[in-house]
Amino acid sequence: MCNQAVGLVAAELERRGIASVAIQLLREVTRRVRPPRALCVPFPHGRPLGEPDRPSVQHAVIEAALRMLEDPTLEPPALVDYEA
Amino acid sequence: MGDLDEFSPDVRLFLKGYPWRRIDPVPWTPLRKPLAECRLALVSSAGLVAPGQEPFDASLRGGDPGFRAIPSDCDPASLRDTHRSESYDHAPLRRDPNLAFPLDRARELVARGRIGSLAPRHLSFMGSITAPGRLVKRTAPEAAGWLVADRVDVALLVPV
Repeated sequence: MCNQAVGLVAAELERRGIASVAIQLLREVTRRVRPPRALCVPFPHGRPLGEPDRPSVQHAVIEAALRMLEDPTLEPPALVDYEA
Repeated sequence: MGDLDEFSPDVRLFLKGYPWRRIDPVPWTPLRKPLAECRLALVSSAGLVAPGQEPFDASLRGGDPGFRAIPSDCDPASLRDTHRSESYDHAPLRRDPNLAFPLDRARELVARGRIGSLAPRHLSFMGSITAPGRLVKRTAPEAAGWLVADRVDVALLVPV
């Protein structure tokens, strides 16, 4: 449900001219909902950025998301699998 | 990857038959300038509230479609997890709210010049919204309007 909610908010942001990237925890749901830019991560629910108190891990995930924003070759809906 | 197997049998059965909202057409805003010049807003669905804010209402049928503005100068450790889902372990997030609302990480990205600046406020939703009609029609457009007013260029969205 969280995956769907952020996907729907992301779509609204894009409609208003804000480029968005959404972390996603359930690839199956991501494929159905189709957020504009989705980074599917290999972490359990409750830990979307990997590990608590591990800034380096969190930064690595965020950097992968930022690169999606910068990638001019992506087309909507863009789905990238995060690989640690 | 999060997996449906993490959920209880009841929840799995519900999700199996759930009519997911398909975004169609998929809207798209390309990045128009370098990230080092962009203003970033965070959007989390972890049900976090800042001190003094009302908790999300888990008793609303179909889910609470509302949102809270989290001031950009707040201490992430002061945020309260009011998400009532029992489908995940809340302990890691309560220990480190950056796990779903990475405000400290975002500040570090600004400090090192990777992104230009942070929005004055960020958005917090509670994601257990099984009936997203009000979210789609009312609160998501309202939330987007806030970020437009704050001249936000890019948004990072984090579910839980």
